[in-house]
Amino acid sequence: MPEIKNYTLNFGPQHPAAHGVLRLVLEMDGEVIERADPHIGLLHRGTEKLAETKPYNQTIGYMDRLDYVSMMCNEHGYVMAIEKMLDLEIPERAQYIRVMFDEITRILNHLMWIGTHALDVGAMTVFLYAFREREDLMDMYEAVSGARMHATYYRPGGVARDLPDAMPQYLESRWRSKKEADRLNQNRQGSLLDFIEDFCRRFPRYVDEYETLLTDNRIWKQRTVGIGVVSEDRAYQLGFTGPMLRGSGVEWDLRKKQPYEVYDKVDFDIPVGTNGDCYDRYLVRVEEMRQSNRIITQCIDWLRVNPGLSMTENHKVAAPRREAIKADMEGLIHHFKLFTEGYTLPPGEVYASVEHPKGEFGIYLISDGANKPYRVKIRAPGFAHLSSMNEMAQGHMLADVVAIIGTQDIVFGEIDR
Amino acid sequence: MSIWGWLHEYVQFTIYSGVKALMILLPLFIVVAYYTYAERKVIGYMQSRKGPNRVGPKGLLQPFADMIKLMFKEIIIPTNSNRYLFIIAPVITFAPAMAAWAVIPFNDTLVFSNINAGLLYILAMTSVGVYGVIIAGWASNSKYALIGAMRSAAQIVAYEIAMGFALVGVLMVAGSLNLGEIVNSQSGGIGEWFFIPLLPLFFVYLISGVAETNRAPFDVAEGESEIVAGFHVEYSGMTFAVFFLAEYANMILIAMLCALLFFGGWLSPFPDLVGDSIGWLFGKTAVFMLLFLWFRATFPRYRYDQIMRLGWKVLLPVTIFWLFVEGVAIYFEVGLFV
Repeated sequence: MPEIKNYTLNFGPQHPAAHGVLRLVLEMDGEVIERADPHIGLLHRGTEKLAETKPYNQTIGYMDRLDYVSMMCNEHGYVMAIEKMLDLEIPERAQYIRVMFDEITRILNHLMWIGTHALDVGAMTVFLYAFREREDLMDMYEAVSGARMHATYYRPGGVARDLPDAMPQYLESRWRSKKEADRLNQNRQGSLLDFIEDFCRRFPRYVDEYETLLTDNRIWKQRTVGIGVVSEDRAYQLGFTGPMLRGSGVEWDLRKKQPYEVYDKVDFDIPVGTNGDCYDRYLVRVEEMRQSNRIITQCIDWLRVNPGLSMTENHKVAAPRREAIKADMEGLIHHFKLFTEGYTLPPGEVYASVEHPKGEFGIYLISDGANKPYRVKIRAPGFAHLSSMNEMAQGHMLADVVAIIGTQDIVFGEIDR
Repeated sequence: MSIWGWLHEYVQFTIYSGVKALMILLPLFIVVAYYTYAERKVIGYMQSRKGPNRVGPKGLLQPFADMIKLMFKEIIIPTNSNRYLFIIAPVITFAPAMAAWAVIPFNDTLVFSNINAGLLYILAMTSVGVYGVIIAGWASNSKYALIGAMRSAAQIVAYEIAMGFALVGVLMVAGSLNLGEIVNSQSGGIGEWFFIPLLPLFFVYLISGVAETNRAPFDVAEGESEIVAGFHVEYSGMTFAVFFLAEYANMILIAMLCALLFFGGWLSPFPDLVGDSIGWLFGKTAVFMLLFLWFRATFPRYRYDQIMRLGWKVLLPVTIFWLFVEGVAIYFEVGLFV
């Protein structure tokens, strides 16, 4: 009798549902997964090692490129570690701006997630709807930092600049008629805050649109309910954080449990799931988008009535104003020191973490007193989630693996670092 | 004596048939070409984007650009594939998709071959197409393609049966297998069309039709996000185009059959106000063609085992139950089943 062998399928790294460069070796009995073996490292860029060779501020840009769909949250983790080490007070306005952009980033990330997850399961319209909204969020990034993705906007001591009073405008061109440009510029007439407020007003309706297409859709439910179930205990043991943990029914959110910046001053709820399957995680993330919208609205209200500094005046870490450099000896020295040597951190070690859209994003930093870190360790949430792939996929079918990759919200920038 | 008369009778017949076939196939190719364009445009607007709009005015020349591109692309044959089967597979899918059009009547007289067992012929032809898919999947020597082929084989069995039973319902009320006669037995306005007494069977037929043509939400055989492109993952250039052509020709065929079998074909819904015309047939077909696109923009994809369950456990019992009801109703001459 011939021996029946399992079917080994190489899923990725070049695969439409591999979310970048996931290489998954699947051992299958027919279509049923016996073992899923994720291989990582195809996007390894040595971020941690590079950070050891550069002054602290020059690494902020690398943080954007870790999880390249939630850029500012990565920066936040890194600058928070430095601030914690320096015991640096940052202006309240900067804290509000950071919270606002953290939540904009959360929406940005969850939109990317809902789009790709739905596309993986076969509903392609949601993907394009989500990207329509992402366009506006990218414009917010562009307005404050000049870059649509890799912003490098957060700095130790605050944010790079205050919010702009005007939005960039679309111009008439060969491809865009005057009418079209005017239509696009319609909600860009006021300041950035006006633009964000307008978005927040529109956004709940957009989320309703996604929900119409998915939440009660029978096929969507058949594809997600009961798929990739993780119990509460197992979620703890596997090191899950963020929506993956909350989907399993654990009410854990760093924004509530260890409030940083001004999260203790804003009002929001934490959605939790009950069954720990793909559908619950879907509902949790959708609700998180609505909650983020709520936080952003509150930040806008505060920021409108409270002008002030957006960067600390401690010129040991933050560059002085241009006039001060020209007119004042102190300013010139600070400028020279900062842009040649940078600043130094006292010897010691620190761990700072933020509630990243995907989970707990932490930076563990060791300083030996030099102007660059001795060691930086990045705790990426996606890594722990991907590690559970085998457990989550076992016994399910090939099509469910795709749904599970979607629900884990994997981005290889942070996993491979 | 003209050259025509000088030719042998058989040669005359062959040429005559060839010209007739071309008169059906050439418009069909053009419709397929513009169906792909319509698909991209319609889904585009459903997804708040524009679709092709660069080649020609409003992108109207896009299908030709695609065709030319596909024709000039290299046909790559994978190293360890069975090259004969690899090339033959698309042809096996394509030929029946075209041949099925032979018995489609466009109005009372306009039909290539008015055979008595037209419905059986169509069932046979549409089922043969899946062999091309299976052979393609096997000959490619690719794991993704093989999975696609296996899925396709299982799916076709599940849906052919439900589809066949749905058509049995039609043939019971019409009392004929000839498509022209089926349409004519629906004459007398919208109230006489078969979709009213056979509503459950119509839905079963439509769903199986979507499944049979491997369209979303039943596109597991190509399953973009799972098995990349399924059975045609290794195909390129013209070989791919032939699969593509067959798929779209089949979609149009299913749409037209819906119109013929359940919606009175070329018959006018209000014969007192408007006359019957071929325009009605095309209009009704277009509505069903649009449905195919609409489904694709709206639904997520079923999982392979869920499709099986739907086919065997839902659609099949529905058809059998309704056939029973229908049989009893016809026997006792109840209501619409006279």
